Amino acid sequence: MILEGARASTERRDKYRSQLVILWVVLCLFGLGGCTATTVQPEDMRLTPETTAKRQSQMRIFDTGNEAEVLVAVVAVLQDIGFLIDESETQLGVIVGSKERSAIQPAEVAASYTLAIVATLLTGEAVDPVYAERQTMRVSVVTTPVEEKNGTAVRVNFQRLVFTNKGNISRKEVLGSDEIYQEFFAKLSKSLFLEAHSQ
Amino acid sequence: MRAIGMSVRLVLIIGAAVVSTGCISTEARLLDADTSQVQLRSMQVRAFDTTDRERMLRTVVATLQDLGFVLDAGEVGLGTVSGTRYIDTSQMRITVSVWPRGESQLLVRASCELRRKPVEDPATYQRFFTALSKAVFLDAHEIE
Repeated sequence: MILEGARASTERRDKYRSQLVILWVVLCLFGLGGCTATTVQPEDMRLTPETTAKRQSQMRIFDTGNEAEVLVAVVAVLQDIGFLIDESETQLGVIVGSKERSAIQPAEVAASYTLAIVATLLTGEAVDPVYAERQTMRVSVVTTPVEEKNGTAVRVNFQRLVFTNKGNISRKEVLGSDEIYQEFFAKLSKSLFLEAHSQ
Repeated sequence: MRAIGMSVRLVLIIGAAVVSTGCISTEARLLDADTSQVQLRSMQVRAFDTTDRERMLRTVVATLQDLGFVLDAGEVGLGTVSGTRYIDTSQMRITVSVWPRGESQLLVRASCELRRKPVEDPATYQRFFTALSKAVFLDAHEIE
């Protein structure tokens, strides 16, 4: 009797352990077990060889000394691509905008629902699916007079915050690629009737 | 364990179905490449027969307040005003920009965002420009 009870409890423990292992593997696969750096890394806040390359791809110079005109054209392009203006200071040449968009990727939603079903079956407790639901995309555009060339430099940066269906931030990242900057400046050139030059 | 096997099969089926339908990339969303920007611009822009930019901006501010918006930002130098209005559980955000067109006109562009999307309903913009037109005592001309 005692022996049987012990065997049953060992079996139960083994079953429980195997379920935990599966859950752990699944969690790792979905990156929920990721780690975060809590201290400032030595490479933070340091200029790297990529800094210059990045600046070059984010920046163009337009052949006009009229910075105000460039800023107005920037607003037109930002409105074209759906950004709303959050902040601006013409004297500094700064414009900050943002927009909110859906972040739903059907594959991720399906995976999170399935994961929730599997986890519910394994643990016997209801597990809610968690997936990226919305994102806030942010842009900052800065203009600088380039006096020796009688031009105006324009630099653009993008970033985004992704929120889950539970309202938590699931991702914060810098956005932008050479193609994105290229397209942004192509729109700005069109709006200004001026060609964009790299430095 | 049979339930797990079934779930795994379910994942594979749903996954395959979903991946094959495709989705909008972050890059496309960043530049709103999935919307018709020309069409959107034509419903968002009106011309007014005045050159008084500051008066227009002040009227835009007053109109936004009349329509229940609280202002977030505004600058005469840039000619923009932004505001937010709460509707039940969601919020509508708006940016209005004003700039000169030729010697005798101002262009006013309003862009709105509601529930994670740009507002693409011409009637919404029409109502805004009707309200603005009344407040500024000028007609709002559509431009091509």
